[in-house]
Amino acid sequence: MAKVFEKTKMLTDAPFHYCPGCTHGIAHRLVAEVLEEIGAEGHCIGIASVGCSVFAYNYFNCDMLQASHGRAPAVATGAKRADPSNIVFAYQGDGDLASIGMAEIVHAATRGEKITVIFINNAIYGMTGGQMAPTTLEGQKATTCIYGRNPEINGNPVKMCELLATLTGPSFIARESLADVKYIVAAKKAIKKAFEHQMKGDGFTMVELLSSCPTNWHMTPEQALEYVRGDMEKLYPLGVFKEV
Amino acid sequence: MSEKKLMKGNEAIAEAAIRGGCRFFAGYPITPQNEIPEYMSWRLFEVGGQFVQSESEVAAINMVYGAAGAGARAMTSSSSPGISLKQEGISYIAGAELPCVIINMVRGGPGLGGIQPAQSDYFQATKGGGHGDYHMLVYGPSSVQECVDILYNAFDKADEYRIPVMILGDGMLGQIMEAVTLPEMKDVSKLPEKKWAATGKNTGENRRIINSLYIEPDELESLNRKLFDRYALIAERETKYEEYLCDDAEIVLTAYGTVARIAKSAVNILRENGIKAGLLRPITLYPFPSKAFLEVANRPSVRRFVCSELSMGQMIEDVKLAVEGKKPVDFYGRTGGNVMTPEDIVEFVRTEVLK
Repeated sequence: MAKVFEKTKMLTDAPFHYCPGCTHGIAHRLVAEVLEEIGAEGHCIGIASVGCSVFAYNYFNCDMLQASHGRAPAVATGAKRADPSNIVFAYQGDGDLASIGMAEIVHAATRGEKITVIFINNAIYGMTGGQMAPTTLEGQKATTCIYGRNPEINGNPVKMCELLATLTGPSFIARESLADVKYIVAAKKAIKKAFEHQMKGDGFTMVELLSSCPTNWHMTPEQALEYVRGDMEKLYPLGVFKEV
Repeated sequence: MSEKKLMKGNEAIAEAAIRGGCRFFAGYPITPQNEIPEYMSWRLFEVGGQFVQSESEVAAINMVYGAAGAGARAMTSSSSPGISLKQEGISYIAGAELPCVIINMVRGGPGLGGIQPAQSDYFQATKGGGHGDYHMLVYGPSSVQECVDILYNAFDKADEYRIPVMILGDGMLGQIMEAVTLPEMKDVSKLPEKKWAATGKNTGENRRIINSLYIEPDELESLNRKLFDRYALIAERETKYEEYLCDDAEIVLTAYGTVARIAKSAVNILRENGIKAGLLRPITLYPFPSKAFLEVANRPSVRRFVCSELSMGQMIEDVKLAVEGKKPVDFYGRTGGNVMTPEDIVEFVRTEVLK
């Protein structure tokens, strides 16, 4: 029988621990497929961060370093510079990247570190049980803003692509969504572009992926994807913010 | 070829690290250690290495984690407040069993403290510092030459035991200029292969993961036990100290680093005045040379120990534990960036110890 589909060899056989309806699995597969397509096997290091994707080191079929909370871009900087022939990527969530790790992401970007950051924005702290994230939308409920995020009390959500695109160091900054098949296809293209820029040595690259968290949003998977396509995309528009 | 040069402590440390194989450095400016990153920023590129001036001490130690995890000989340096910021990263490095070298040119504290020499980070360096059960291999050199000799081999020790190595200096040691003999450059291409390093070259069953997360209690406990078995081995093999005129000594001074030099002068003055004094100087602060202290304490000639530090008394706790109450231990210290003279120690011995 002819084989018409195969799992990418850049993922291990370890079963994902993610909740039903979570889009981390899609993001993992897209990144792994791109790594395979660009021929990263055998010269690739991944950096796992702290949050739901902490166990990413079990899933990507390459050497992996697990970083402390927020520091993945610094760890990636060290790993890349130790051997610049490697393709190096960090996989971070919104709490990790846009809150505790704000300094590391901004400075890795402005230094133009030749790394690729995959930024999962699901507007919530998933692993710790649904607290407000730096990217939580105004009015969105979380366990530390139970009446919905109120900018007067909780401050405003941060837009990372817009912020990083103002810097000189990045060569590719894009935001895509995982909430629909056509978006997923576009997301893969953006991820591939980011890695290609890294391979050419152009500078820092990041792809933000709007993602869903049905468990902590207290929605069904379908409602959660609808929320991404609606409210989230309104605040966080999709597209390429910088490419040089 | 070895060569003799007049060098500032901080610069000699940087050069010795490079000759010992250091090829990655990340650091953030803080007085009194700035000559180390400044020297590294041009020198490392001459030998094919990498230097990053990081956005913070937190980022610097995590860059070291990344470079060491990928197999490079990596180092960072800072001074007390900056070393406090690195503690989380040091704990992760210890947990992930990564080799690296960390320099602390200690200044006074707590808080922002001052910029003058101090030894008030002894507890932080030797008892853990960050969270969790771990230790570093900690050296307290007392001259620029000793800094060079220790740094030259520090990466070998770090690699051998997969442990962070800390050099606990002080502002004085970093700033002083002395003649040093520099050893020849080690050939980094001939170093033993790191079979555990995440070099990027491995897939499938050979994949290498640098990690300090152990969700299963039994797995974490076995890591803890494995680390402490290693520390016991390090204590057996790597403990270093110097004995000076202790054979017939009645008063045994003890001090490390810069203070040990002052104490050595005090021993000479006391001897000239007919007081039989000696010096027992720990060179490794962790592991602490406890056996040597107990052996000296058991000598019938020894009456008292005098522990001298640039702190309110930190190493004295290890001295007291080591001598098991066999002999009394007095303390003389200065703080705030003040440094005692040999005469100050002599005066303390005359008026407080021999009273």
